[in-house]
Amino acid sequence: MSQALTRMMAIAGKEFRQLRRDRLSFGMIVGIPLLQMILFGYAINLDVRHLSAGVVDYADTWLSRNRVAAAVATQVIDLTHRAASPAELEILLRRGEIAVGIYIPPDFDRRIRERERSAAQLLIDGSDPTIEGIARQLTQLPVAQRAGANTVSGSAPVFAVRTYYNPERRSAVQIVPGLIGVILNLTMVLFTAIAIVRERERGNLELLITTPVRTPELMIGKIAPYILIGLVQVTLILLAGAWWFGVPIRGSVTHLYAAALLFIAANLALGLLISTLAKTQFQAMQLTFFVFLPSLLLSGFMFPFAGMPSIAQSIAEIFPLTHFMRLVRGILLRGADLGELVSEMYALSAFFLIMMTLAILRFRKRLD
Amino acid sequence: MSGQYAIESHNLTRRFGTVTAVDHVSLKIPRAQIYGFLGPNGSGKSTTIRMLCGLLQPSEGTAQVLHHQVPRDAEKLRHKLGYMTQRFSLYEDLTVRENLKFIADVYALPAARRKHRIDAVLSRYRLDDRANQRAGYLSGGQRQRLALAAAILHEPELLLLDEPTSAVDPQSRRDFWESLFELVDAGATILVSTHYMDEAERCHRLAILDDGQVVAEGTPKELIDTIDATVLEIEATDLRRARRVLDSHPFVKSVAQLGSRLHALLDQDTTEPISRIHSAFDQAGIEAKIEAATATLEDVFVAATTFARA
Repeated sequence: MSQALTRMMAIAGKEFRQLRRDRLSFGMIVGIPLLQMILFGYAINLDVRHLSAGVVDYADTWLSRNRVAAAVATQVIDLTHRAASPAELEILLRRGEIAVGIYIPPDFDRRIRERERSAAQLLIDGSDPTIEGIARQLTQLPVAQRAGANTVSGSAPVFAVRTYYNPERRSAVQIVPGLIGVILNLTMVLFTAIAIVRERERGNLELLITTPVRTPELMIGKIAPYILIGLVQVTLILLAGAWWFGVPIRGSVTHLYAAALLFIAANLALGLLISTLAKTQFQAMQLTFFVFLPSLLLSGFMFPFAGMPSIAQSIAEIFPLTHFMRLVRGILLRGADLGELVSEMYALSAFFLIMMTLAILRFRKRLD
Repeated sequence: MSGQYAIESHNLTRRFGTVTAVDHVSLKIPRAQIYGFLGPNGSGKSTTIRMLCGLLQPSEGTAQVLHHQVPRDAEKLRHKLGYMTQRFSLYEDLTVRENLKFIADVYALPAARRKHRIDAVLSRYRLDDRANQRAGYLSGGQRQRLALAAAILHEPELLLLDEPTSAVDPQSRRDFWESLFELVDAGATILVSTHYMDEAERCHRLAILDDGQVVAEGTPKELIDTIDATVLEIEATDLRRARRVLDSHPFVKSVAQLGSRLHALLDQDTTEPISRIHSAFDQAGIEAKIEAATATLEDVFVAATTFARA
């Protein structure tokens, strides 16, 4: 037993030493989280503004000009083009020069007064899902109030919205917690998958398998350093998220790390399984992305889970990222504790055990 | 009686798809000797060694290595076996000492013995002054010494060396063989594959492999004494023409030029070989001096690998 421990420690220590000397990999451990953080935190803004827009105003009245000015004032659109006809708007839309076209018919004022039909038309580029949703906000604009005049004022809405956990609706607050999962998912799977394939490619494995090292010792020794690295990454993202973007940590930090630990282990086990399937580092990378992309898209990080068809939801339930997404958002933002999210922990444990078993079964201490 | 043999294989065979890399190899390798596998590239040397240390599953046949059935009991062999791969397989980004420490830990050597052994191999293989240098920056000869040091760190009973000297200079090869004899004197059994004749000659016994089969086996002396050919050396005025004449006779199996002489292997059954060649040369108007020569191991190798194919 103590021999097994010595061997595991030897492998873990060697792995750590190699990693420290591999400047590029070492840089990626810190670089990937920070870069992603800046990219996602600043570039990705769900609160879309400044869509380029074109207008055709056949009415050209005070009221029509006022409506267009009101729409521009929301900052949702920037008026970049004036067109002569709706057909021209369509061309601009097709070329991608504008995302929104506003068509105001000649009888605009009368339509406003009679309120029977829509007064004007918005032409929206539906090829981009987010633009469509955002541009629809424009239809919610209150009807114009002519200074002093008795135009119609909107009635009070049925529901008043109160946004919990992120009252200012800041995108960073929604994105950064999920980003922990996304970054861990990518780096952990990739690092382990490559770590073993690299030994195979460089011929180290041929020597290693003629030594008394047993398969589970090799596997555990290999993944141990990466668990530590994963936890360093979690800490890095949490700190950067709190400092730069004011992302709150409402739940218990211990619970968060417990969830992260299990998630890291699940990803490392998946990486090990990939390493038993891939023959070259390039294949290992391809396989990693083959798994990473669906996992990212279905996890609920980018697209709402509730909106997926049930079959996609069932597939999403397999991926550890889906469960970690719920855990991390629950703990960080909603202040939930692990007891309330225990089913997600079970799912992660099951994934870890299955992947680890498959990896150990598949890895033979042989070359054929 | 199996005690005297370190390795016994019986009809060991390995196929990769439709290719038979090792074809019914039966061997008895005695203890405390250096046993050589001599053969061209692709003759099945590496595949045989890999099957013997349990890295590859035989398609057919059995092997007993130090009384353990392989590959079934390969794990029990690990502590008794040292293996040096054809390609350098230690970690290039670790230093010499770190590599040795890693190997010592993997074999779970006790701390005291570990330190003693590492110091011993570092000084024996002249690596002391390189101990803190990364393995990737070592020369070919130094790498090979490091690989050997790592393979014998745990003092194995049996050492399998797969073309250990393919990337080193002649002086390093000489030193390397000196250290192999030291290990044998200390009781180890060594199986070494090579394609160098001079190395094969140093082995206590050897097997010549060709196309996956053992085509000759014995001590170097036995092999030379029982060569299946007549060896002649020919000095002639026009070597190129003389060679063409020799090549046109079917009883001449192989001709090689050695400086200003021709070295010819003739069918063993050729009667009066010298006078037959003389008359052939006379017809062609070539003046030549022909005499019988003693065979070399290279002749044995050529005879064993080319005659069988013809």
